[in-house]
Amino acid sequence: MSDLAAVTGSVGSLGYGLAAIGPGIGIGLIFAAYVSGVARQPEARGVLQPIALLGFALAEALALIGLVMPFVFGK
Amino acid sequence: MRAAALATPVTAAGKGYEPPSLEAFHFKSFFDFSVLGVQFHVTKIVTMMLFATLVIAIFFLAAFRHPRLVPGKLQAAGEIIYDFIRNSIAVDVIGREGVRFAPYLTTLFAFVFLNNLFGILPLAQVPVNSRIAFPAFLALISWVLFNYLGIQRKGFGPYFKEMLFPPGVPKPVYILLTPIEFVSTLFVRPFTLAVRLFANMFAGHIMLLVFISGTTYLLTVSNFSKAFAPVSFLMAIVLSVFEMLIIALQAYIFTILTAQYVSGALAEEH
Repeated sequence: MSDLAAVTGSVGSLGYGLAAIGPGIGIGLIFAAYVSGVARQPEARGVLQPIALLGFALAEALALIGLVMPFVFGK
Repeated sequence: MRAAALATPVTAAGKGYEPPSLEAFHFKSFFDFSVLGVQFHVTKIVTMMLFATLVIAIFFLAAFRHPRLVPGKLQAAGEIIYDFIRNSIAVDVIGREGVRFAPYLTTLFAFVFLNNLFGILPLAQVPVNSRIAFPAFLALISWVLFNYLGIQRKGFGPYFKEMLFPPGVPKPVYILLTPIEFVSTLFVRPFTLAVRLFANMFAGHIMLLVFISGTTYLLTVSNFSKAFAPVSFLMAIVLSVFEMLIIALQAYIFTILTAQYVSGALAEEH
């Protein structure tokens, strides 16, 4: 018993936690910019919405790739 | 070992909770045939895809069979979908020329949307796009489309010159920029297009499975855990609604990105 701390099971689940940090920050920034944009100029909502959703989906995909990887390389 | 034992409590029967695995995406083939030595296996997924194709074809044919100035119910439904794609994707992203691509984009949107929707439809309950072959082939079509249009519009040499050497950049930057542009346009674009759709549907299906199988598992462990089964079940319902949003959003994203790539390939040099 020389191990001070050990993790068993799939290390991929830790990997997902790490992979979710970046997209989490990214999605936060995207919607922060969207909300402040709409707050300043409510009539620009129609223009901003598709751009915000596009950015959201692009950032979210990274987190999802992180979620899929443990399943792909899990065993 | 101890941590793993704690994470998965063992029931009286000695069988712990089994999280959903890739097995959930494997379906038995119920009809095999081969054409020219190529094996074809018709599974539930393939049947659903063919069904979706049929539904979309019949819907649009029926909607626009006898177009009237004052549309009937079916024609109105078809027009809403087509108008949405034409105005808010084709014309907004590609420009006036985009009207030419509106029929393809509408079909693409409807196909991706319906195949995603199978994920939460009763009886189907698995999205077709959670098998990567389907998004990969759709992405391949988009890739061929925008490269073909670019080459057709500008010619082979100028198209690649504009792609690899975007104007208005100091010369030494090309050492870095050209390889990045090459990889990102020709390889990363179709890859991310396919993987984004696939991963969204795959992850969504896994999430639903975790909460549904968690509900049934909690019901079997002990009387105490039974109290928490409804919470897990409620979560599955909430996630189904969330999935509905993701389904529509991913179909929209796939279409708008295809339109953007086409628009980039057609754009004149500045």
